[in-house]
Amino acid sequence: MSMIAGFLGGACLLAGAIFSLIGAWGLLRMPDFYTRVHAASVLETLGAGFILLGLMLQAGFTLVAAKLLMIGLLIFFASPTASHALARAAMLRGVKPLLVKAGEASSKP
Amino acid sequence: MESSLVLRVVAKLLIPFILLFALYVQFHGDFGPGGGFQAGTIFAAGIVFYALVFGLDNARRIVPDRLVEAMLALGVLIYAGVGVAGLLLGGNYLDYFVLAADPVHGQHRGIFWVEAGVAVTVSGVMLKIFYMFAGRGRHDGDAA
Repeated sequence: MSMIAGFLGGACLLAGAIFSLIGAWGLLRMPDFYTRVHAASVLETLGAGFILLGLMLQAGFTLVAAKLLMIGLLIFFASPTASHALARAAMLRGVKPLLVKAGEASSKP
Repeated sequence: MESSLVLRVVAKLLIPFILLFALYVQFHGDFGPGGGFQAGTIFAAGIVFYALVFGLDNARRIVPDRLVEAMLALGVLIYAGVGVAGLLLGGNYLDYFVLAADPVHGQHRGIFWVEAGVAVTVSGVMLKIFYMFAGRGRHDGDAA
């Protein structure tokens, strides 16, 4: 039982690492502010979420798992709010999203 | 200052827990990571968060400048008072062993009050710095 939880935890940690990599890559590669915020929020929710879930599975049913759950709740509430505040502030200050012009391909190959 | 509904709801949800976490860090400092400096900073961060979402004027109404300035001095007074209490009870300055009949208990009591003083001063300084930066250029003349 604990071995299965350990393997699942390891898989979750790996998934979290992959999502973090994807988020970081998106943050570097995306063309404008809003898409970058989108990439960073993937990093915060899925990346951090999977890493915390993996650590919780590896910790088992202990006080450490309860603390990790609280950190997870904090991130669950705080990071989407932070992304929202960022995007809203940019919108109010007049940052225009990068839109496709008519007739062009919707994304680069 | 108009702020969004999402921010206000989440701030109302999180601020009590931030302040509670500051108290946890303060009183758990004997047994784990934490202590007065960290707790004071976290407490001040809770108030700064409030000011960011609900506006500086509302934050100043809850934690007024006069209280913040009193906190600056009060923390140092508590810290120094622990030292003077050691002197009055027949030990050296900041000697914790004489604060209770049992030396270990005295040590515990002394560090508790010293950490309380540190927390009060640190949160006062943090809030004062934040108020001065955030209120810069808004009121002419009464900044100090």
